[in-house]
Amino acid sequence: MSDSLPLPERDGPAPVAVLTAIRRPLRFLGSWWPWRCWAYLGSGFLIGYPVLIALVVLLGLGVALAVVGIGLLMLVGAVAAGVPLAALERWRLRCVEPVPVPDPHTSLAGAGPAAWLRTRLRERATWREFAYATLLGPVFGAAGFAVIALLAFALILVATPVIVWAIAPDHVMLIPGRQVSGPLEALGGTAVGLVAMTVAAYAGALLAGAQVRTARLLLGPRVEADRILELTRSRVRLVDAFEAERRRIERDLHDGAQQQLVALSMTLGLAELELRGIPQAAGAAALVARGRGEAKVALEQLRDLVRGIHPQVLTDHGLAAAVAEVALRHPVPVSVDLDVPRLAESVEITAYFTVTEALANAAKHSGASHVAVVGKVEGDRLTLTVTDDGRGGADPGAGAGLAGLADRVAMLKGRLVVSSPVGGPTRLRVEVPCSG
Amino acid sequence: MLRLILAEDSVLLRAGLTELLTRGGHQVLAAVGSAEELVRAVEAQRPDAVVTDVRMPPDFRDEGLRAALELRSRDSSLPVLVLSQYVATAYATQLLTGASAAGLGYLLKDRVGEVAEFLDALQQVAEGRTVIDPEVVRVLLSRQSEQRPLARLTPREREVLTLMASGLNNQALAARLFITEAAVVKHASSIFMKLDLDATEGNRRVLAVLAHLSGQEAEA
Repeated sequence: MSDSLPLPERDGPAPVAVLTAIRRPLRFLGSWWPWRCWAYLGSGFLIGYPVLIALVVLLGLGVALAVVGIGLLMLVGAVAAGVPLAALERWRLRCVEPVPVPDPHTSLAGAGPAAWLRTRLRERATWREFAYATLLGPVFGAAGFAVIALLAFALILVATPVIVWAIAPDHVMLIPGRQVSGPLEALGGTAVGLVAMTVAAYAGALLAGAQVRTARLLLGPRVEADRILELTRSRVRLVDAFEAERRRIERDLHDGAQQQLVALSMTLGLAELELRGIPQAAGAAALVARGRGEAKVALEQLRDLVRGIHPQVLTDHGLAAAVAEVALRHPVPVSVDLDVPRLAESVEITAYFTVTEALANAAKHSGASHVAVVGKVEGDRLTLTVTDDGRGGADPGAGAGLAGLADRVAMLKGRLVVSSPVGGPTRLRVEVPCSG
Repeated sequence: MLRLILAEDSVLLRAGLTELLTRGGHQVLAAVGSAEELVRAVEAQRPDAVVTDVRMPPDFRDEGLRAALELRSRDSSLPVLVLSQYVATAYATQLLTGASAAGLGYLLKDRVGEVAEFLDALQQVAEGRTVIDPEVVRVLLSRQSEQRPLARLTPREREVLTLMASGLNNQALAARLFITEAAVVKHASSIFMKLDLDATEGNRRVLAVLAHLSGQEAEA
């Protein structure tokens, strides 16, 4: 996650290859470019037309049957179908544009169909792709058809002498009421056909260029997505730095203050032992014993503090052990059912702090009598739920802790969902890819 | 008098513990600062018992504990007392759920301040008994799910079990709780009955806690 991705340089819109190519007319007309554009537009018409029909049917039926419920499924299906169609379109675009359009979606490898659908419907990219799908048939399909029809007409005109020669002695009429007398005269038709082909080539190139621009706009990640990526990366760096800092503090406390306090209480213990042997020093022995008690309390407090900064048991024994430990100390009974192997450190830390935060909230606000922590790994995804039987009505936006957790989870490309209806139960659910 | 090897990476504590153990009438054969040195020193000097810290170089994780387990796998009769900064039961579980817990101890470092009790715990471990820090036991007993046999113990029985696990014998236990030794025996037999343990086994006082620890191990 913390590896750096190259960010595209953005100085105005990126050039479109086909629009660059038509600036040199002779080279353009002699190259493969016109044929590539025609192939692109022709296949676009073949795809766009059925897509248009499917959309009209799905949307029409969907609206008509929305009351029944199945209609809503159709509407959702129509929108979701835009995602694979857009993938196909991004691939087809290579026909006319060497620079590929990147996939705007977040990766959902290993997610179930329900999770996939929920996530996709929330992404703006999905709706942009749907918009593209609606344009594909009526706009690009139709325009593509016109260009291909013009091309077909031009090809027939170019072939006029051959046709005239082939069907003699029957007559061909290029201009109504005037028969073409022979192949030589038919060369005029060829000339007109070549002009028409040139027009078809330019029209096709311009249309393909327009479609490349549209596809970049609707099928690719947005410019602000790059900024978000940049922001996310800087946040990842921050969190990593913060985590390293926590570790350093924990190490310093462990190697410094904790050891000093242990040494202090040991020295006091020895002093106490010496004084106990002297009858006159009973008062002093009692004072030293008190000092040792105070050192012990300080050690306990320090231990709790250190555990909050960085739980060593998480590093040494993993998530299940660390969560079990927190559960043992929790004022409310907690049942733990974690079936997870050792995971990437970033994932373990995030999952651990999510659980501790949820448990702290349950203890503070909910009045719960029982909390259940359940977690498992399916495929490449860790799913954790913390459920309490308290009052509910928790506001996820209210807790700064939860907002911070949502950030952490988002950085791991995961999701954090809090549901807390009034009357309970409150359920916090985290899904993160295990790869970290 | 025990011939001991001590492993502790903090120079301050290494000196302090050496002094404490020497004052307690033991001989410190070697005081080392890393898990590797510990294993080498034990191989070379064959001590009566080992006292080791959990967290040591190079990675400052649970090297000391793992070294202890390695030493035990080479010689299952070597008494080892582990001093830890962590109450976390996972460490105690890691140490005590091997082939045999006889002659193993898991104590919080704080205990070294209670000099007499600490030296006594070391003696218990050297004699082949098991000692678990009362704080760890308290955490274990603090929150029991209803299905666990430990949940059936009365508060007084838990108190007795905690002190048993920390290595006190019946006489010391009676003195600590201000009850007669007969009452201690009665509590103990009640505990063993509730936990379905064979009371005739040696070192049975800790079996109860170990039963729980291995139960935890199976779940984790």
